[in-house]
Amino acid sequence: MSGDAGDALLSVRNLRVAFGSPQHPLLAVDGVDFDVAPGEVLGIAGESGSGKSVTLRSILRLIHPPGRVSGRVLWRGRDLLTLPEEELRRVRGGEIGVIFQEPMTALNPVLTVGLQIRENLKEHTGLDAAGRRKRAIELMDHVGIPAAQSRLEDYPHQFSGGMRQRAMIAIALASNPQLLLADEPTTALDVTIQDQILKLILRLRSEMNMSVILVTHDLGVIAQTCDRLAVMYAGRLAETGPVAALFRQPRHAYTLGLLNSVPRAGQIRQPLASIPGQPPLLSKLPEGCAFAPRCPFVLSACREAPPPLVEVAPDHRSACLAHQALAKA
Amino acid sequence: MDAAAPLIDVTDLAMSFHRPRSVLDRLTGRPGRIVHALNGVSFTVMRGETLGVVGESGCGKSTLARCLVRLHQPEAGHIAYGGIDVLRLTGAERRAYHRRVQMVFQDPYSSLNPRMTVRQTLAEAIAFHDLRAGAEIGRRVEELLDLVRLPSDAAGRYPHEFSGGQRQRIGIARALAVEPECLIADELVSALDVSVQAQIVNLLLELQGRLGLTILFIAHDLRLVRHISHRVAVMYLGAIVELAETETLFTRPAHPYTAALLKAAPEMDPGRRSVIDAVRGELPSPLAIPAGCPFHPRCPYVMARCRAERPVLADREPGHIAACHLEPGHKL
Repeated sequence: MSGDAGDALLSVRNLRVAFGSPQHPLLAVDGVDFDVAPGEVLGIAGESGSGKSVTLRSILRLIHPPGRVSGRVLWRGRDLLTLPEEELRRVRGGEIGVIFQEPMTALNPVLTVGLQIRENLKEHTGLDAAGRRKRAIELMDHVGIPAAQSRLEDYPHQFSGGMRQRAMIAIALASNPQLLLADEPTTALDVTIQDQILKLILRLRSEMNMSVILVTHDLGVIAQTCDRLAVMYAGRLAETGPVAALFRQPRHAYTLGLLNSVPRAGQIRQPLASIPGQPPLLSKLPEGCAFAPRCPFVLSACREAPPPLVEVAPDHRSACLAHQALAKA
Repeated sequence: MDAAAPLIDVTDLAMSFHRPRSVLDRLTGRPGRIVHALNGVSFTVMRGETLGVVGESGCGKSTLARCLVRLHQPEAGHIAYGGIDVLRLTGAERRAYHRRVQMVFQDPYSSLNPRMTVRQTLAEAIAFHDLRAGAEIGRRVEELLDLVRLPSDAAGRYPHEFSGGQRQRIGIARALAVEPECLIADELVSALDVSVQAQIVNLLLELQGRLGLTILFIAHDLRLVRHISHRVAVMYLGAIVELAETETLFTRPAHPYTAALLKAAPEMDPGRRSVIDAVRGELPSPLAIPAGCPFHPRCPYVMARCRAERPVLADREPGHIAACHLEPGHKL
């Protein structure tokens, strides 16, 4: 995660996404940098309005006007933000697949699931009609849809929530992507189905040596699936690093607060260490660190300018002026 | 009243919903379909206790909550509250019951009147039950806002002016306005961000301590239920499959479904990962509940008996019941 993008598959640099009028821009994403290595699962965590989904969507230019995206998204030597639309279409849904939280709104309700998989195969592979049909069945089978052949002609509404998410994954996999973007893929699912889908994504990752960016608000999901984690707050990166290190010793006061907000075994009916207040509105961001008004470690310098993201340990960066105090805590 | 007697005593509660017959059903002469939401649910809640109810979609947990506050009229079974037969209450007695047992909903945005200020919402509840009069009402509104930690200038504002967590506080204040003994909390914090969730959980624990509330805490989040409940009931397809003291249930589950739920809930420790699915298969539709044990199609320990005979809730150890044909003590 250093400055150069040597062995990264995807490098995002100084990503900014602004909404609202040019006179009063609202920065949903404000200067975000991260890399994804081949075969790596990167988690992006944060609460509502932290900019995690907007960050994910801007990678494939899925932000529509009046949203304005700037910065660089380097994918195999090319900047996706400036790529001509035609070339971008080969990357979007081809080299990079996407799955969303709500398969029912992402799938086309009037086309059969089989047709939607075949469409993607037609767009991104050289298979003929018979080959596409065969591959569609293979893909549905691969993502765990039982009786794949007979379900090929079913419509999305005939699938359960979990099966719809599997169908969406099958569509995304049709083009053999090297990177899968997953936006809260299990948030709408029951816990036993969530468990199945997350394990499916991990299995596919290792079988296809695919990288994954997983956006979620659930720290348990991060702990169970991701290699590295980026925590976002009010449009900025608060902390990035290996999941194990961040969970063992968070170096940003916000990460610590989030981890402590989750109930743990053995503290039954004890007050939780909650974070006071609520996330700021983008229109009313404080001058310095956006977390300062809620932060128990706040220093006077925190209120002056947003703290820079600095390396606090190998491959572990934090934008918290109290990161040293947190290391000792 | 006898202190050892339960405050709420539910026996054999059953409730189903008739789905309207579609045109195709009529043409083919197929009978209308029935969703069996509750199939003989029995449990008790002691005064001052928090009973957690967990389960996945369609398990009947919300229907159960709605039956308790009589938003649904169950088809069979009894609900006794402090010895009173709740399902037969009418008129003034029914109103008195509604004052004692209050429900708080998941989405305060749709359960609060958007055209009423917080003061109007709270004052209406207080006045309806004749709990205060005149200037006393205003003082009580301030007291309530203080109780749920909202600033006193909140009284003049409308629901849309608040964040999700604050709206949930208003929902709680609205329920507390009528001085209830019991709160039915259906997915109270599910829609909130984790840092705000913790604030509301703390508030609930504190209020329970101060006001001696009895709470039925319905949620799908196992970590939350474990944190807040004295005892926990696990529901699956309209029935309770296991009920025990919280720590017993979480450390020594006796039903394979409980064990699967615990395994499926993502642990906060990145060092402990599993690659095998906690449980196979999908949740069956409540329109077609499997015969025998409803969990048998997904159960890793299924036996011939499970497909034929529905297990009944039986004692595993004192205070711990489970509905499973496996020998007690079978390793899950």
